[in-house]
Amino acid sequence: MGRILTGAALALAVAGALSGAALAQQPTEVRIGVALEPPILDPTAGAAEAIDIVVYQNIFEGLTAIDENGAVQPGLASSWTISDDSLTYTFKLHEGVTFHDGTAFDADDVKFTFERILAADSVNAHKELYTDIAEVSVVDPFTVSFTLSKPVGLFLFNLGRGDAVIVAPESAGNNATTPIGTGPFAFVQWDKGNRVLLERYEPYWGELPALTKASYRFIGDTAAMTSALLAGDIDGTNNFAPDSLAVFEGNPQFKVLVGTTEGETILGTNNRKPPFDNLKVRQAMAHAIDRQAIIDGATYGYGTPIGAPFAPHNAYYTDLTGTYPYDPDAAKALLAEAGYPDGFNATLKLPPLGYARLSGQIIASQFAAVGIKLELINVEFAQWLQDVYTNHDFDLTIISHVEPFDIGNYANPDYYFGYDNPDFQALIKTLNETVDDAKRKELAIEAQTILAKDAVNGYLFELAQTGVWNAKLAGMWQNSPIEGLVLRGIYWVE
Amino acid sequence: MILFALRRFLGFAATLLLAAVVIFYLLDLLPGDPARFTLGVTATPEAVANLRAQMGLDAPAHERLLSWLGGMLRGDFGMSYTQRAPVAGLLWERLAVTLPLTVMAMIISMVIGLPLGIVSARARGKAPDTAIMVLAQLGVAVPNFWFGMMLTLVFAVGLRWLPPGGFTPWDEDPWLSLRGLILPSLALALPQASILARVMRTALVDVQGQDFIRTARAKGLTMGEAVWRHGVRNALLPVLTILGLQFAFLIAGTIIVENVFYLPGLGRLVFTAISERDLILVRGAIVVLIVAVTATMFVVDLTYGLVDPRLRGRSTP
Amino acid sequence: MNFLKRHPNLTIGLAGTILFALLGLISLVWTPYPIAQIDIARRFLGPDAAHWLGTDNLGRDMASLVMSGTLTSFVVAALAVTIGAGIGVPLGLAAAAWGGPVEWLVLRFSDFLFAFPAIIVAILVTALFGPGAINAVLAIGLFNIPVFARVARGGALSIAVLDFVAAGRLPGLGPASIAYRHLLPNIMSLIIVQGTIQLSLGILAEAGLSYVGLGTQPPATSLGLMLRDAQSMFLIHPWLTLVPGLCIVLIVIGLNIAGDGLRDAIDPRLRQVNANVVA
Repeated sequence: MGRILTGAALALAVAGALSGAALAQQPTEVRIGVALEPPILDPTAGAAEAIDIVVYQNIFEGLTAIDENGAVQPGLASSWTISDDSLTYTFKLHEGVTFHDGTAFDADDVKFTFERILAADSVNAHKELYTDIAEVSVVDPFTVSFTLSKPVGLFLFNLGRGDAVIVAPESAGNNATTPIGTGPFAFVQWDKGNRVLLERYEPYWGELPALTKASYRFIGDTAAMTSALLAGDIDGTNNFAPDSLAVFEGNPQFKVLVGTTEGETILGTNNRKPPFDNLKVRQAMAHAIDRQAIIDGATYGYGTPIGAPFAPHNAYYTDLTGTYPYDPDAAKALLAEAGYPDGFNATLKLPPLGYARLSGQIIASQFAAVGIKLELINVEFAQWLQDVYTNHDFDLTIISHVEPFDIGNYANPDYYFGYDNPDFQALIKTLNETVDDAKRKELAIEAQTILAKDAVNGYLFELAQTGVWNAKLAGMWQNSPIEGLVLRGIYWVE
Repeated sequence: MILFALRRFLGFAATLLLAAVVIFYLLDLLPGDPARFTLGVTATPEAVANLRAQMGLDAPAHERLLSWLGGMLRGDFGMSYTQRAPVAGLLWERLAVTLPLTVMAMIISMVIGLPLGIVSARARGKAPDTAIMVLAQLGVAVPNFWFGMMLTLVFAVGLRWLPPGGFTPWDEDPWLSLRGLILPSLALALPQASILARVMRTALVDVQGQDFIRTARAKGLTMGEAVWRHGVRNALLPVLTILGLQFAFLIAGTIIVENVFYLPGLGRLVFTAISERDLILVRGAIVVLIVAVTATMFVVDLTYGLVDPRLRGRSTP
Repeated sequence: MNFLKRHPNLTIGLAGTILFALLGLISLVWTPYPIAQIDIARRFLGPDAAHWLGTDNLGRDMASLVMSGTLTSFVVAALAVTIGAGIGVPLGLAAAAWGGPVEWLVLRFSDFLFAFPAIIVAILVTALFGPGAINAVLAIGLFNIPVFARVARGGALSIAVLDFVAAGRLPGLGPASIAYRHLLPNIMSLIIVQGTIQLSLGILAEAGLSYVGLGTQPPATSLGLMLRDAQSMFLIHPWLTLVPGLCIVLIVIGLNIAGDGLRDAIDPRLRQVNANVVA
């Protein structure tokens, strides 16, 4: 009898457990596949987008936060005032905020963070964005003021970047491997080469997110990522290779989110070097490029054509794709005028990025049609940085410039493509110091037009963000106005 | 035998040292800078120089070599440039995946390959021989990343019996860890099993023609008995050679399969570390691989001596 | 002709191998379309009269790519085996024949080379000189050297203790003559089997290196690169992986069958065994 009873009890217990599982509320865990593993998890000591994908607005927060549309929102600062000369910003900080190790957040942490960025031995990848900060002073424990040496149009946006997240003096030294921030998710564990685990930080100062756990899996191979999604081993990925997207389109278990990024893909041209120092040659190359074929071939139609290095979804954008339309005959004529009736030979150095390698093959084929013979040289990223970026040892290259609002690069004559135009440099200086929005827009459009007409580089397309997610997940960012994958809004629906 | 082992061990140590020095200087030639890689295109030259100093890259090459070699003797492989964590720990985590994967693949390939090879040799020219050899041909011929993908599509996506990839750390749930290694080790084992079957068969067929087998047959043993009693042992030499080669091949050659099944193994570590110019990590990983490979060779040599005592005297250092 | 008739395996294997080799060689002078010619509008076409094997993701003619890719795969693997056997076999024989310090040196050298598996060598060579087919040859070739050295030595040692080699020593033959006259012919079958294994492995290794981006680079192509490029689209366009995949499988099998047949044809001892079995 005893045995029977035990058996019955066991059966009941099992049934209870089963129904409990069935009745349990929505799942609160998400597993995300990403292609690249970050080398470290400290966004203030490295530039890799992979770092921000894991930590930005999840583990770490800044004084301001960039939202899905690229607008500046309050972050750790609840409000701020700007002086009339645009040189002093005073921030009111949230109270009751703690770091994940339990230490309290206050104005001293803010001061520490920016002094660390500006220190002589700083390894911040974007120190130059903050060098106009003359002083950070603690007014009281929850008020801090910044004094600038000159007005900076994008100052509030820059404070919302991953490079300027607030860190604590007690933990900053170890953030590379055990990041400690103030965000809604705390770091749990990093199995190198495999995954990073996060869990909800219950004492979080703001609204608690719906998810209690999140894991990032590092899956570099597209075919493997496809299998992982299909087998349900991961719940989604923020950016999936467009060549296999067709697998998930029309599959009711998945949703494909196509959004924008800040990545302008260009045919980087060494303007220092003949024949590329000749405007006619650059115009000829622009006429030889069939943008639509490149977009179809390299991004399966998910790119947006651009005629200048500027994001089409930006409010300051103006369409310049018609400046030098696809016209092989015009290209040949211009080449002849420039003194190259039979074309010329050049090299095209390609970094290990899918869109770059594919676009390179297509451009080589298009250029061959007007007599420009390209030799494709595939290089690793470290070598690309050294050859192209640092030593300027290249003819042509293909790369996407993924920073938001990075048109200012063209005002730097030492930048890798070597565009040296004093008028343009003056224009950008004015733009940077202008705070009035209408005026800024006018200047930005003028800048785009100059760059389009000068055909500094070949302007190809704006990269799209193509996410694939479980159909029952909601709240993911469709666009990527800043590097990151923000978890706080994500939740499961039935 | 002890002297034989000792002499072999000296050779093993010499190989290691030479390889470590060569690797050190070879990697110093690589173009690219780990500091620039970490900080990306927008970082100022000043920030890059600061990071280089933090990484200890500003010392001359021979000083770095000596401190690196000295450190390794004490078990300290240095700090990874880009991951800012001790190299030894990073390598250990990866070995916990790669070693079991290699061993599982070896076991699977032997369990499948050796018996098939023996059966095939015994039935030489008959139907089972032909069938096995056709299978072995196919097994060798299919590229393993393709085979791996097929395994995933069938057993993970279609049937959902096994995970499509990834790895659960051993201390979390050993059963899950093991499950995660089944498909990758199968993908690795298929060509190895095919090769083993072929080599076993060839070796057996070879010894069948030799004098001692004929002598054994003259003493009244059947061909099967003669091969089983005398042949298999003599066929072990070439099979051992192949097994040694395969282990060495597998331990570093798992990188492709690691990619297909997104496993955190040693091969993928080397691959990403070199693309990030994390040279100290690459060096440490290659030294570990060299230790594994040369140790395997060392063991194979010792086994040669055990299988055939006549060889002990001659393979002198 | 009679020779070929007596060895059907060899004939089939050789025929298959030669067929593919010819296909590759023709690509040197003629392909239906230039392989660098990209036409996005005509991509993912099925096989038809204009494109016998259809077109790929960039609108290139698959038949032309297969021809050119076959040549690359063949050349890479063959050169790598030549490097491996050309250096490895003499080393292995020398080790077996001389013993002592020679053997020690050869073993250490082969351990040393072997300690750098092909994929690591390929990664290093690529990091130093950039990726490409030549690097694949070098990496696979270097990997082949100790393989042949080990197999040659292992085989020679198992022969060296046999009576007939000892008998050869009596007339006062030096180690070099013993190696050349007695050891080499007797390990030939092992070398050939290993050679075919390494040749097929070479074709597969090239595919593997291409898979991780270290092998042949566009606009040139190889069967491995084609397979890699198409792999992520397998579920949408399986045809694109089937064509190069099948070619690799067929070439590798053809090579192996030819190697087996060759081994039976040139090894006198094995023929004798054959006779025994028949008797």
